[in-house]
Amino acid sequence: MNAPAKSEGFSRREVVVGAVVVGGALAVGCSPADLMSAGSKVEVGAFGPFIRFEPDGFVTVISKHVEFGQGSHAGLAAIVAEELDADWTKVRVEQSPANAKLYGNGALGAQLTGGSSAISNSWEQLRKAGAGARAMFVEAAANRWNVPAGEVVVKDGLLTHGSGRTAAFADLMADASKVTPPANPALKDPKTFTLVGTDRVRRKDAQAKSDGSARYTQDVHLPDMLTAMVAHAPRFGAKVESFDADAARKVAGVVDVFEIPTGVAVVAKSTWAARLGREALTVRWDEGKAEKRASAQIAAAFRALATGKGPAAQKWESFGAKGDTAQAAGGSDAFEAVYEFPYLAHATMEPMNCVAIVDGNSVRLVHGSQGQTLDQLNAAKIVGALPGSVEVETLFAGGSFGRRATFTSDYVAECVHVAKKVGGGKPVKLVWTREDDMRAGYYRPLVAHAVRVTLDKDGMPATWRHRIVSQSIMKDSPMPSKGVDQTAVEGASDSPYLKATPIVDAQVAFPEVGVPVLWWRSVGATHTAFVMEHTIDQLARKAGKDPIEYRRALYAKAGATRHLAALNLAVEKAGPTAGAGWTRGVAVHESFGSVVAQVAEVKLVDGAPRVGRVVSAIDCGTAVSPDQIAAQVEGGTCYGLSAVLYGEITLTEGAVDQSNFDTYRVLRIGEAPSVETHIVPSAAPPSGVGEPGTPVIGPAVANALLALSGQATTRLPFVQSV
Amino acid sequence: MAASLDVNGKTVSVQAEPDTPLLWVLRDELGLTGTKFGCGLAQCGACTVHVNGDPVRSCVTPIAALSGAKITTIEGLGGAHPLQQAWVKLDVPQCGYCQSGQIMSAAALLAATKSPSDEDIDAAMGGNICRCGAYQRIRAAIKDAATSTAAPVVAAPPAAKQAEVEADVDEAISAASGATSRVQRGEVR
Repeated sequence: MNAPAKSEGFSRREVVVGAVVVGGALAVGCSPADLMSAGSKVEVGAFGPFIRFEPDGFVTVISKHVEFGQGSHAGLAAIVAEELDADWTKVRVEQSPANAKLYGNGALGAQLTGGSSAISNSWEQLRKAGAGARAMFVEAAANRWNVPAGEVVVKDGLLTHGSGRTAAFADLMADASKVTPPANPALKDPKTFTLVGTDRVRRKDAQAKSDGSARYTQDVHLPDMLTAMVAHAPRFGAKVESFDADAARKVAGVVDVFEIPTGVAVVAKSTWAARLGREALTVRWDEGKAEKRASAQIAAAFRALATGKGPAAQKWESFGAKGDTAQAAGGSDAFEAVYEFPYLAHATMEPMNCVAIVDGNSVRLVHGSQGQTLDQLNAAKIVGALPGSVEVETLFAGGSFGRRATFTSDYVAECVHVAKKVGGGKPVKLVWTREDDMRAGYYRPLVAHAVRVTLDKDGMPATWRHRIVSQSIMKDSPMPSKGVDQTAVEGASDSPYLKATPIVDAQVAFPEVGVPVLWWRSVGATHTAFVMEHTIDQLARKAGKDPIEYRRALYAKAGATRHLAALNLAVEKAGPTAGAGWTRGVAVHESFGSVVAQVAEVKLVDGAPRVGRVVSAIDCGTAVSPDQIAAQVEGGTCYGLSAVLYGEITLTEGAVDQSNFDTYRVLRIGEAPSVETHIVPSAAPPSGVGEPGTPVIGPAVANALLALSGQATTRLPFVQSV
Repeated sequence: MAASLDVNGKTVSVQAEPDTPLLWVLRDELGLTGTKFGCGLAQCGACTVHVNGDPVRSCVTPIAALSGAKITTIEGLGGAHPLQQAWVKLDVPQCGYCQSGQIMSAAALLAATKSPSDEDIDAAMGGNICRCGAYQRIRAAIKDAATSTAAPVVAAPPAAKQAEVEADVDEAISAASGATSRVQRGEVR
């Protein structure tokens, strides 16, 4: 299971989620998808699970992926519309119900949006779906008109024949639905695409998201619905010891107060009443098993391990060994650096929330589900139902960046526990405040890297010793990981720089810490890209070489042609010189099958980095929706920049210090760079877009600061909080 | 206890306690869910509405401060406001959750400043966080709307000759919400 398993068409995350049930499935002799969808009542229409034709002439494309900003709904619809030759102005997108068998992502079948895989995973599937439906309409028209199918032309949702006969999809719906779907419909030659790859592919949700009508979990109001807030422990791993609910119960609107596995729930008739009720609650916590270390202590322990000063008993795993590895510790005049990365919160605009309706063992979830199958499995376990019987209505999610897909379905499970206790089919909306959201854990892990590199006589890396210390994200997966947890080493393990180095000794350690950790937009690359790209600039400096030329030489050596093409395009588009007063830094990184190169222009304002123009080049295979690719590179750059400038979750005696945007600073409009995006032409299948734009800006800024001041950056964020 | 509010040009009666933030009255009681909950502390701007034309963070503005004030929410912009058209034209939204607040802040800016500079935009929009990082499109869409002649850029019906009452209300709201109002920016009418 190597880092982005792009060639197989599914990502690491689907593999793992699928693995949740693989063991059991193999034991009983049925497929994981069958098992995960057992009990489902989802039905499929005549044109398959992804397309429905409407009497009003519209085509509804059914998306198995949640839309949480990444723009996949537009791209998925465009793929169908292209092969179908539909009228793009008459295409709608609808979120699919939950069903792992029909809507699973990849070979192992779990329904999940992640790993920047929505478009890549759906490419063949939706092209076939569109082409198949088109063939059914062509045959229906040919039959009705009594002409050869080869003479029927489809364009912009209209079927025509040279004889002058014409019909819209809606006119032929009934006939076409009776045609046997072709097993292997002919797909278009991509050279003939008229929609995919053009700027005509636009978001279908922009109006609803500009007039307030787009529906998020927070907006769900159902008859008799109750709102719940939960008092959580101040330290990870603590449990409720006792609680006094008398004052909370007296708050007008509070209906009930009770204990659930994650804390004490206050159920009320309105959000504000729930909040006041929770404030009136007194809870005593059993902190016997709680994590009580400060983040500074954890960081010091990680640093000690990375630099060989940690406990000898710590287990190390190799993620790269080449040549006589013993030599990686030897040689003189080595470059050495230790890098430290803090915990990061996802801090989505919409804090975590969920609506659950539980009646006996029937469960319905209404929320911005990122991992429908995970949510089904976890909800089913709580009420004792078949996973497929758990209905999920997936809404828009106000951002996720990885946060809404946890192995435990943490806040979804919390909501199900509350709704189960309330019972009787009464809807319960669980609302987390910003403070709940920021303090609940599931952070990008705190990570330390120690790097030692010696150069050959030409200044190129001769030996590379690399140590990474991180908590393991995959440790919490229900199936123990075989081999190294790739989420901690991806981006380093597959780096072209290691490929170009003759002797490599790369190892990772995963100490136990009681802080919940999770993938965070671009996952391992959030730190590996920084370390590899910033190290390369320092090595180039040591070798007395230009960092761009140094990279070109390394890419040539490693055969990294896509890296080279992206770098060259970004450098070319950036032009020969930076704006007056600005200093440039360059970085290139591959993640989720795509390569992004950036040239960032940076200056210091009051001692803090300010980023101006950022010229980006991305190779993401076939570009389905160029404007959305640009939007993701723009937004991904801001997300990455926000984190490297300010992002840091710290703990004092195990309690999270940050609580809201006043203490967890994020990028605001005046600090946002101006990002230009250029797409490397490619005929390869589409690869990831949502995440690859995030990890490159950090090292690009660090490299600009290195050029500006000669100082390397070894600890993030750049702007340390007081 | 019933209170009376003027929301999007209609007088509505609400049952919430006087210290209840406007946000929860709009969302839970009036069903106007376009205004979003993001932080509860006037830090993110997702809950921005207009009170007498000024952008205000409804999450920290108790309804007690709003007697006699004209409240406009995203729903009150009508859907085809020049800013909303520009937002759609430039595909500004990503997750979209912050955009009601962004548009309300931008609408107040354009109502006061016909052709805002980058500095004007930074100042007026600095209280609105977008975690998707759609900032450069937000900036471009504000400029696009400013040059658009499709419709007059009016955020809310101008409150004629109520300046004194409004000034008091503005002050109370500003104190309560910490929002950037035109009064605070020194642009008192």
